[in-house]
Amino acid sequence: MPQTLFDKLWAPHVVADLGDDWALLHVDRVLLHDMSGARALTEVGERGYSLARPDLVFATPDHAVSSAPGRSSATFAGGARPIERLRQRVRETGIRLFDLGQPGHGIVHVMAPELAIVLPGTTLVCGDSHTCTNGGVGALAFGIGASELTHVLATQTLMQRRPRTMRLTFTGTLPPGVTAKDMILAAIGQLGTAGGTGFAVEYAGEAVRALPLEARLTLCNLSIEMGAKMGFCAPDDVTFAYLKGRRFAPTGAAWDAAVAAWRTLRSDDGAVFDREVAIDAGTIAPQITWGTSPEQVAPVTANVPYPAGPADQAALDYIGLAAGQALIGTPVDWVFIGSCTNSRLSDLRDAAAVLRGRKVAPHVTAWVVPGSETVKREAEAEGLHAQFLEAGFEWREPGCALCVCVNGESVPAGKRSVSTSNRNFVGRQGTGARTHLASPAMAAAAALAGAIVDVRSY
Amino acid sequence: MDAFTTITGPAAPLLRANIDTDMIIPAQRLIGAGRDGLGRFAFERFRFNADGTENPDFPLNQAPYRASPILLGGENFGCGSSREGAVWALRDLGLRCFIAPSFGDIFYANCFQNGMLPVRLAAADVQRIAEQTAASPSNAYTSVDLERQVVITPNGEEIPFSVDPRKRSALLEGLDEIALTMKRRDEILAWQARDRAARPWAWEGLTL
Repeated sequence: MPQTLFDKLWAPHVVADLGDDWALLHVDRVLLHDMSGARALTEVGERGYSLARPDLVFATPDHAVSSAPGRSSATFAGGARPIERLRQRVRETGIRLFDLGQPGHGIVHVMAPELAIVLPGTTLVCGDSHTCTNGGVGALAFGIGASELTHVLATQTLMQRRPRTMRLTFTGTLPPGVTAKDMILAAIGQLGTAGGTGFAVEYAGEAVRALPLEARLTLCNLSIEMGAKMGFCAPDDVTFAYLKGRRFAPTGAAWDAAVAAWRTLRSDDGAVFDREVAIDAGTIAPQITWGTSPEQVAPVTANVPYPAGPADQAALDYIGLAAGQALIGTPVDWVFIGSCTNSRLSDLRDAAAVLRGRKVAPHVTAWVVPGSETVKREAEAEGLHAQFLEAGFEWREPGCALCVCVNGESVPAGKRSVSTSNRNFVGRQGTGARTHLASPAMAAAAALAGAIVDVRSY
Repeated sequence: MDAFTTITGPAAPLLRANIDTDMIIPAQRLIGAGRDGLGRFAFERFRFNADGTENPDFPLNQAPYRASPILLGGENFGCGSSREGAVWALRDLGLRCFIAPSFGDIFYANCFQNGMLPVRLAAADVQRIAEQTAASPSNAYTSVDLERQVVITPNGEEIPFSVDPRKRSALLEGLDEIALTMKRRDEILAWQARDRAARPWAWEGLTL
C-alpha cells in the first residue's frame, strides 16, 4: 500500500503499539531552552528518575536573554536565575549546552538545523510550539508541554496518538518578491488558525521543492499557527547539501547510508491523505496581517476587510485600523527582523537587499536580531551588519527578543510594528503593541518607508 | 495525579473563538515559574482593569462563576504556544473541565497531563449549555460524567461525548504515564539497539 511521508516518519519510531491509534514513540532528539528546559530537568530528578539518554538532549538559552549588544545572561535580570538554573542542571546531567556567545548558541529552532542536530527521518521534540520548524529538513518535529517533556527526558519516548494527514501542495512558481513566509501566511489566511488542528501537514509541490532549505524551515515554522503541531517537507538534494559537513551530521559511510535512507522519505505515488489542499503559488502576493490572529492576513495590496464578526471588529479596534482603508501607507513605528521564523542568513540577505543605501525613516525604531551566533558571525563576515547599521537599524545579539518579549524588551503601547515573527496576538510584542506579520523584505521596506509598503515596488 | 470522576458546577461562558495561550497567561508570567500559584495570572488581561481592579464584565469575575470548575469555550480553545502554564493557571483557578467545539492540539494534550478534562461538543451544544446556565446562573449546574461520557446540562439533557479510551482511563485512575512507560524499559532499550543497527547515522557522533 502506498505510504505517505508521515507514515515513513512515524512507523519506524513506534516502540510499542498501544492500541486505538496510540503509540509509544521513540524520540531521537530533544531540545531544551531556558523557559521549559531547566524546569523539566528538575522535575525528572524530583520524581526520582534520571535522564534516559543525555547524549540525545541539547540545550541553549534563547528566550529570557537580552538582545542588547554586549549582553550577558544577567543583562535581563529576570532571566538570570532561570539561565543559571539551566546551566546547573546541564552540569549535573552532562547534556550539551550551547551557551551565550558560543558557536552553536541561538534560537533553539535556528541552531538545531544549523548544527544538524535534526536530521531527515528523525523525531525531535521541544517544550516549544515552534518545534515544527525543524520539519523543514524532513523530520517529525513537534512541540510538547512540560509534563510530556519530563516523560521524554525520563524515558526517551512519548505516548502519541497518530494524527490525521494533510498534504498542502503549492503548485506553480512563486513570483518575484514573494517568499516562503508569504506562502504560509496565505495558507493560514485560507485555512484558518484551526485548519490544521489534528493534522500532520506535508508541504509539497513544485513551489516547495524550489525553496532553499532555510525557506522550508520558515514554511514549517508557521504550521502551529495553522493549528498543526507537525509540518514537514520531503528531504531532497537541497536538504542533503545543506546538512553535509555540519557539526552533528553523519560522516563517511554513515553519511552515504543516511542519504540512501533519506531518499526514500517521500510520499509514494497514490498515497492517500485525510485532507488535500492545493494553492497556486503563482497567485500569492506579499502578505501582511491586519488583525490579532495570523489568519487575519491579506495581500499587502488589499484594503482592510470589513469585519465578519465581533472578533474581527475587536481586532480592528486593537490594531487601530478602519475597515476599507488601504494597508499600504499605514504608518509604522517599529520594525523587528528576527525570530525562529525569519532570522537566518538568507532572511538577513533578503532584508539587506532591499536597503540599497537608503535610510530607516527617522520615526522608526528598527532591529535586526540574528537567529544564532553563527548567523551573526556569517552575516558580519559578509558585511550585512554594516549595511543594516548604515541604514539605521540596530544590530543585536541572538535570541527570541521581540517575538515573545520575555527578556525585558518590548514594543511600546500603541506603537505599530512590522515583524518577521509568527504571532500577532494582542500584547504579544508588549502591552498595547500592534503587530503586523510579514516577510523580512517587507519588514525592511516598511522600515525605510516608515509605513507599510509593497516591497515589489519599493 | 487526582483522579477525575464527575465534575458539577455552573459552567462559565467564554465563547469567543481562538482563545490563545497568550490570553490565558502571558509568557512573561512563566519566567522561572513552577506549576503552582499561577491562578492569579490566569486571563489577567481580561480579569483586571489597568488599575488592578477587577473587570466586572468578565464572566470569571461574576459571582456564580468564580468557583466554577467548568469553562465553556469557543472554537480552537487553547491555540498558540505549548506552555503548560496555561493549564496550570486555569487549574489553580479551580477549573477542572473545558467544554468547547475544538481545542489547540498541544493544550488538549497538556490538559490530560494535569488531571483536567477537555470535552469536545458541537458549537450548538456548547451554546445551549451557556443559555441554560445564563437563565439562572446561581443554580443552573452542569455535570460532566467521565465514567458515562455524558455532559448533563442544567435542564437535565444528556449530551454524549467521546474521549480517547486511553486518556479516559488514565484520568479515571489518576495514572502516572512515566511509571507506565518505565515498565516498558526493556522494549525501549531493545528498540534502540535495533535502531542503532538499522540507522547508524541517527546515532553517530553523539557520544558525550
